[in-house]
Amino acid sequence: MERQGNSPADDIPLTLIVEGTHGPVIHATNRTARTMGVQIGARVVDMRAICPELQTEYADREGDKAALERLVLWARRWCPWTASDGADGLILDTTGSAHLFGGEDAMLIEMETQFSLLGLTSRLAIAPTQGAAWALARFGTVRSICTEGEIAQRLSPLSVSGLRLSAETVQLLHRLGLKTIGALMNVPRLSLARRFVKAALTANPLVRLDQALGKLAEPVASVEAKPRFSAQSRLPEPIFDPAPYLPQLCDNLCDALQNAGMGCRYLNLTVYRTDGDVSHIDVATAASTRDPVHLHSLFRDKLERINSGFGFDLITLTAGGVEAIQIVQTQLDGEAHSDLQLTQLLDRLTAKFGPRSVSYPVVYESHVPERAQRRISNFGAPPPQTAELIKERPIRLLDIPEEVHVLYAVPEGPPAQFIWRRKTHRVTRYAGPERIAPEWWKDRPGTRLRDYFKIEDQTGRRIWLYREGLHEDGRGGDPRWFIHGMFA
Amino acid sequence: MEPIFLQKKKFSHPQQAGPVRHTLSEVFPETATDAAALAYVLSCLPRTHAPILWVQDHLSARETGRPYLAGIGAGRAIITINLSRPVDVLWTLENSLRCHTLAAVIGELWGDPNAVDFTATKRLALRSEASNVPCWLIRHAATPNLSAARARWRIGSAPSALHPHDQQAPGMPRWSLDLFRAHHARPAKWTVTYDRTTDCVDPLPLPRNREVGARDGTARQLTG
Repeated sequence: MERQGNSPADDIPLTLIVEGTHGPVIHATNRTARTMGVQIGARVVDMRAICPELQTEYADREGDKAALERLVLWARRWCPWTASDGADGLILDTTGSAHLFGGEDAMLIEMETQFSLLGLTSRLAIAPTQGAAWALARFGTVRSICTEGEIAQRLSPLSVSGLRLSAETVQLLHRLGLKTIGALMNVPRLSLARRFVKAALTANPLVRLDQALGKLAEPVASVEAKPRFSAQSRLPEPIFDPAPYLPQLCDNLCDALQNAGMGCRYLNLTVYRTDGDVSHIDVATAASTRDPVHLHSLFRDKLERINSGFGFDLITLTAGGVEAIQIVQTQLDGEAHSDLQLTQLLDRLTAKFGPRSVSYPVVYESHVPERAQRRISNFGAPPPQTAELIKERPIRLLDIPEEVHVLYAVPEGPPAQFIWRRKTHRVTRYAGPERIAPEWWKDRPGTRLRDYFKIEDQTGRRIWLYREGLHEDGRGGDPRWFIHGMFA
Repeated sequence: MEPIFLQKKKFSHPQQAGPVRHTLSEVFPETATDAAALAYVLSCLPRTHAPILWVQDHLSARETGRPYLAGIGAGRAIITINLSRPVDVLWTLENSLRCHTLAAVIGELWGDPNAVDFTATKRLALRSEASNVPCWLIRHAATPNLSAARARWRIGSAPSALHPHDQQAPGMPRWSLDLFRAHHARPAKWTVTYDRTTDCVDPLPLPRNREVGARDGTARQLTG
């Protein structure tokens, strides 16, 4: 299976690459690249020599893995027992479910159609054993269907690579002259067993052959889908305002969560309109909760944003980010959690003003002052380690440093006087300079260094200002001066 | 005339006499970009690990900058809320004051919006006293109109103390505090020195040979 999301034209040789020990190596290719001789596992520089117009893109292996896990659950539309197989395969136990789709042929066509609608290429095969299906899907004919009696006959012309063996074992079998599965089946069982007695599963052709032929059982371990928490109310006739139904929906949802010992981080309210359109509102919470009153209050200011059109007759409330919550009593007198109030307050503020306005600053390890502080909006995450502060820093920092006009006695020295916001400030005392060099690994080339001065003006205000660059440093004209912060 | 005051090192906040009851205080920086007011507010807050809720309107964030944790000290947990309308700032302050777990609630407002009137400040003061959470309203570029704040300060920077090792450099910061209206204390003026290392505010010791005149009455206030 290859991701075909928004891929370029088919006639461009495209490959996905990953970092190898000696530079990037090919992870996956499209058909054009394959026909031009690009091999998976080879180094990109070597393949560029073969195919100079090769386009490369970094592979997202974590993303592919997550997508495959979702696909495992999605494939339950055809059968109840599904599992993932390696990085690019799905196993479906379709025993007894083919007749629902009009037979095995029709089911394979239906599967291929559905996968291609998702933008995925698929190679499908049905066989009585997992090993045989694996081999037929990868090395057999298109949509091959193999029945109980003909496994040995269908497998024998295929290459030994179809036995799910490691590359070294395949190479060994090739050296022994065993190129096809049929040739391997003809070898006396005793000599194979003696040769591979201590080999692991992926290096043992005899065990793999037995699994493919059905002599050795290989059960499919399916994963359990996470329960979906949702409440809905169907209305006898279309209405425009979901508010009267919301408390009941919140109660039902929280009851379901309570019974399962779960809490939710997100809520999604969807109304299904009579004109066939769907409108929804999302709210998020700072900590997982199942308090119906609190969840209801999060929708208070948002309900008017829902577009009801000509009315709607179905409302659903779905919980997202479901996780188990433990009930902890923190105080002996059974008072409510002290943290609970704060998280509920933050939820209300986030729901009212949006997630961008509520944040907390954290210290980050950087010499550049504006990078030494970051704003984090996700209150669920644990606060990161705080860095040790050595230098004296201002207590307020301007978002954008403000340029000032400066008079100075010595070009490299402190300012004598400057004009900021149309007022003249005379420097009475100063400390510095403190030189802060740009972070060359992050900044653009040509970024100038900064010399920071803490100055005190005639009224006693202590200001942090800096000169960007030096005279004749070859990075632009005369250095400019900026105000960056205010001291206590 | 008792000279006890001169020996007394710790500057006692006029509100903190007796059991600590927190309430609404209003601070007017002398110039809008003066950080002394903010530093004084921070030095008055209870030293706990509970978070400070910090509400800024858009203009004060743009004109006077954002709180910078490297200077304030990373030990304080701060939750910042950036809003555009003064009405929203007041709403947030009022709702946050319900939450007993906060160390303090700080609101910054720019100018004289219509929403900030006697009623609004009265509500904040009552909420703050009910939950015993200190609420500080920093009013940049504002005129001290009618307000129900229990203490109203005008705070500016003063020329700093001498640096022990460097004649040129500014030393420990000094602030001029002007408590011009208060419920529980008599209005007074001080110049104080802030010690960053010990996080403590000391009143400026008067010179020994200084003639005690009009400041005499204000000096007595400090002992109370």
